[in-house]
Amino acid sequence: MSDSTATVALGAAGEARALRFYDSGGHHPENGTLLGFWLYLMSDTLVFACLFAAYGVLGRNYAGGPSGADLFSLPLVAVNTSLLLLSSITYGFVVIEMQRKRQGATLAWLALTGLLGAGFVGIELHEFAHLIHEGNGPQRSAFLSSFFTLVGTHGLHVTFGIVWLLTLMAQVARHGLIAANRRRLMCLSMFWHFLDVIWIGVFTFVYLMGALQ
Amino acid sequence: MSALDTDPASAAGHGTEEELDHDTLHITVGGYVTGFVLAVVLTTIPFWLVMAKVFPNPTVTTFVILGFAIVQIYVHMVFFLHMTSKAEGGWTWMSLIFTLVLVVITLSGSLWITYNLKANMMLPSPEQMRNMP
Amino acid sequence: MSEHADLAKLVFGRLTWEAIPLHEPILLATFVAVVIGGVAVVAAITYFRAWGPLWRDWITSIDHKKIGVMYVILGLVMLLRGFADAVMMRAHQAIAFGDAMGYLPPHHYDQIFTAHGVIMVLFVAMPLVTGLMNFVVPLQIGARDVAFPFLNNFSFWMTACGAALVMMSLFVGEFARTGWLAYPPLSGIIASPDVGVDYYIWSLQVAGVGTMLSGVNLIATIVKMRAPGMSMMKMPIFTWTALCTNVLIVAAFPVLTAVLALLSLDRYVGTNFFTNDLGGNPMMYVNLIWIWGHPEVYILILPAFGIFSEVVSTFSGKRLFGYASMVYATVVITILSYLVWLHHFFTMGSGASVNAFFGITTMIISIPTGAKIFNWLFTMYRGRIRFEVPMLWTVSFMVTFVIGGMTGVLLAVPPADFVLHNSLFLVAHFHNVIIGGVLFGLMAGITYWFPKAFGYKLDPFWGKCSFWFWTIGFYFAFMPLYVLGLMGVTRRLSHFDDQSLQIWFQIAALGALLIALGILSFIIQLFVSFRRRASLTDTTGDPWNGRTLEWSTSSPPPVYNFAFTPIVHDTDAWYDMKKRGHIRPVAGFVPIHMPKNTGAGFVLAVLSAICGFGLIWHMWLVAAAGFVTLIVAAIVHTFNYDREFYIPAEAVLRAEDARTGLLASHV
Repeated sequence: MSDSTATVALGAAGEARALRFYDSGGHHPENGTLLGFWLYLMSDTLVFACLFAAYGVLGRNYAGGPSGADLFSLPLVAVNTSLLLLSSITYGFVVIEMQRKRQGATLAWLALTGLLGAGFVGIELHEFAHLIHEGNGPQRSAFLSSFFTLVGTHGLHVTFGIVWLLTLMAQVARHGLIAANRRRLMCLSMFWHFLDVIWIGVFTFVYLMGALQ
Repeated sequence: MSALDTDPASAAGHGTEEELDHDTLHITVGGYVTGFVLAVVLTTIPFWLVMAKVFPNPTVTTFVILGFAIVQIYVHMVFFLHMTSKAEGGWTWMSLIFTLVLVVITLSGSLWITYNLKANMMLPSPEQMRNMP
Repeated sequence: MSEHADLAKLVFGRLTWEAIPLHEPILLATFVAVVIGGVAVVAAITYFRAWGPLWRDWITSIDHKKIGVMYVILGLVMLLRGFADAVMMRAHQAIAFGDAMGYLPPHHYDQIFTAHGVIMVLFVAMPLVTGLMNFVVPLQIGARDVAFPFLNNFSFWMTACGAALVMMSLFVGEFARTGWLAYPPLSGIIASPDVGVDYYIWSLQVAGVGTMLSGVNLIATIVKMRAPGMSMMKMPIFTWTALCTNVLIVAAFPVLTAVLALLSLDRYVGTNFFTNDLGGNPMMYVNLIWIWGHPEVYILILPAFGIFSEVVSTFSGKRLFGYASMVYATVVITILSYLVWLHHFFTMGSGASVNAFFGITTMIISIPTGAKIFNWLFTMYRGRIRFEVPMLWTVSFMVTFVIGGMTGVLLAVPPADFVLHNSLFLVAHFHNVIIGGVLFGLMAGITYWFPKAFGYKLDPFWGKCSFWFWTIGFYFAFMPLYVLGLMGVTRRLSHFDDQSLQIWFQIAALGALLIALGILSFIIQLFVSFRRRASLTDTTGDPWNGRTLEWSTSSPPPVYNFAFTPIVHDTDAWYDMKKRGHIRPVAGFVPIHMPKNTGAGFVLAVLSAICGFGLIWHMWLVAAAGFVTLIVAAIVHTFNYDREFYIPAEAVLRAEDARTGLLASHV
C-alpha cells in the first residue's frame, strides 16, 4: 500500500523483479477455439446418444408393420458408407494441403469432399423418399420414427457440414490460408470426422443389427 | 485486408499459429492412408458377416460387429482426429472419456430401466390376457 | 375467395384474433399494466436520449461484465413474473375448499403452475447463476474476457428471446398445462392440441442453445485463460464450482434438446416416440427428461455453493478450510449427479432392483454436500466473523438447506417415496433446497459482488429487511406443505374437499405475503442504494477485504479488467498479493487487445425467436423465412473478419491514473 502513488515501471528496479505480481505486457492467453469446438462436439455426441437410446428402446416396436430386415438395402448402405469414408480421407488431404500452404489444392480437395458428402445425402434422401412412398414413413411405427430421426439427424448434420464447407471455400478463396481460416478448416475437419464416427454407430447398430433380426 | 494480416492471435507468437503447426506435426499422408485402409477393412468385414450370414447365431454376429465398430471408432480417433492424451493439455482426452462414460450410462441406464418398466408396466398382449389366471 | 383464405392460412397459420384473451380479466389487467409500463420505459429512454448508448454500450456489448449484469436483470425481472404466479396459486389454494371454487378456473390454474416452474428454474435461476459466473469468473482468473466474447453476447440474447416467447404466451394464446416438464401423453398432440406445449418447447429450445454455448464458453475460458501461475488447484473455489457447473451444462443440455426435439416431432410430424399407440413409450420421455433434469438442479446449486465458499472465507477473515476436499467434493457431485435420475420416478414401476440401485446412489450423493457444510463451519470456527448481509444469507442457507437436504434423503428411500411422490412434501422439499440453497446463494452473491459491478454497496438496512422477510417467509410458506404432504395431499390441485386442511394453506399464504415483502424490500434497497450511492461508494475496489483477484480491480473494473495480467503464486491470489506487499504499477502500459462490439448476436437471437413463434402458430412461411434468414445472417457474420481492436496505451494510462487518484483520496 505504501508506494501506491510512486511511479514504478515494471522491470525497472530489482525489488520489483524479486517477486513479480504483474506480467509486463507480453502475456497472451492461448486460443481456445479448437478446444471449444471439441467440447461442442462432445455435446453433439450426447444428442446422438439420446437418439441411439430412443432407437435402442423403441427400435423393435414395429406396430405390426415392417422391420429393418424387411426394409434395409445393405448394398445401398455399403455404397453410402464408402462415400462417407472416402470423404473423410479427402478431407484428410485438405488438411495436408493446408499445412503445405497450397490454397488451390486445398480448395480442390474441399470441393471433392463436398461432392462425396452431397452424394451421401442424395442417396439417403432417395432411400427416405422410397420408404415414405411405400407407406413406411416415420409415422408408421415407433421403430420407423426412431430410424428416420436418428439417420435423418445425422444426414442433417452432414448437410450443415456441406453448407459450412461451401462457405469456407468462399472464405479461403477470398482471404487465403490465414490463421483464422486454418482454425476454421481444423474445426470443420473435426466435425466431418466426428460425423463419420457417428455413422459407424449408425450402420452397425441400425442397419447391420436391424438386418440380422 | 490489414485487419487480417495483423491478425492479433498470430501476431502474438504463441496462439493458433504455433499450436496448429505443433499439432499438425503429427499429420502425415501416411497416417491418413493407414487409417483409411484400416477403416475400409473394418467396414467390409462386418458387412460381409451380415450379408453372407457367416455365423449361424445372430447374437455372435452382433457382438462381433459391435467389436469391429468400437475398433473402427478408435482408428478414426487416432488416425483422422489425431486424438492423443496430450492434446490441449489433456482436456480433449478427459472430455472424451467423460462423454463416453455418460453415453454408456445413458444407453445402458435407459435400456435397463425401460426393460424393467416394460416388464412391469406395459399392457399384456391378447395372448397373455387369455392366459391370465 | 378460398384462395384469400388459403393465403391467410399460410401466413397466419392458426393465429387468429381469438388468441388474445380479452375474456380473461386478470390477463387483460396484466396486459394493460405491461403496456403502460412498457410505454413508460420507452418514454424514459427517449427522454434521456439513451437509445444510442443502449444499443452501443449494452445490446451489442461483448463485455462479460455487461452481459453478466444483463443476465441478472433478466433473472430479476422474470422473478417478479414467476413470483406473481406463486402468489396467485397461494391465494387461490387458501380459499378453494368445499363449495368455494376459488377465483381461478382449472384451465388457468394449470397454466400458472406450469409457467411458475418453467420460469423459476429456466428463466430466473439459470440466468442469475449464468450472470454471476459470467461477471465474476474472468475477473477471478485474471483474464480480460471470456474465450468467445461474441458467443457470450449471442447466448444472452437467446436466453432473453426464450424468456420473451414465454411472456408472449400470456397475451397471445396460452401456455402449457402439463407441469414444468410436460410429460406425454398429456403433452402430446392429441391431449394438448393447442399452442401451449409448443410455446413451452420452442422457448426452451431457443434458451437451451444459449445455455449450451455459454457452457462451452466458460469451460474454454477457465481451461485456457487463467493468469500465469494459477494452476488448477490455485483457482478460486467459485471458479472451480463454475467449471463443474459448465461441464454439467455441456453434458446435460444436449439431452434436453434431443428429448424436446422428439416431442416436437410427435406433435408436428406425427411420429410415435411417446404416443400410446403404434409402438410409442411415454415412459421413455420421463426417463430421458430426468437424465437432463437431475444434473440441471446441480447446475443450479453448485454455483451457490461456490458463492458461499467465497463469502464464508471473506467474512470470517480466513482461508477456506479444506480447499482440496471442497474441490474433490464438487467433482464427485458432478459425476454422481448422472447416476441418480431415476429417483424422480421411483413409482413409475421399474421394480425393486432398479429402485434400490438408484435409491442408494441418491443417498451417497448427499455425502459430499455434507462434507462442504462441515468445511464451511470449520472455516468460520475461530474466524473473525463479520455479519454483513451476504453472511446473513449464508448462515440462513446452512440451516435451511440442511433441512431440505434431509428431506431429500428421506425421499431417496423408495418405500417412503411411494407414499410421498407427487405430494406437497415433495413440493416443500424442492422449494426448501432451491430457495434455501440457490436463491439465498444468489442473494448473497448479488450483495457481495454488487459494489464490484456498480461502484457502490447496497444499503445494508434494506438488505437485512429483505433477508429477514425471505427467511421467515420461507418457513411460513413451506413448513405447512411438509405437514400437508405427510397427510397425503397431492400437488398441483386447484380445489380441495377436506376443510380441515385449509388452515395450513392459509399459513402458507401468509408466508407468501412475507416473501413478497422480502422482494419489495430488495427493490426498495436497489432504489435507496442508488440514491445514497455517494455515501455507499466503494473507492478502493476492495470493500470487503476480499481474497480473490476480482477485488484487485477498481469498482467497476475498466473495460479491459487488468492493465497488466496478474501473476499468481498462491490460492487466494489477491490476499497473497496484499500480504506480500505488491506494488500496483502506474506506468509502462502497453496497448490492450480487445474484441469489438457487434449487433449480430441480437439479430440472430431475434430471428430465432421469430422462427420459434412461426412454428408455434403453424405459420410455416414465417418459420421458414425466419430460419433461412437466420442461416444467411449467421453465414454473413462469419465473413466479418474485422472483430478486434487495440485500446491505445494512452487510454489505459488515463484510466489507471484516474484510479490512482481515487485510491489516494481514500487514504
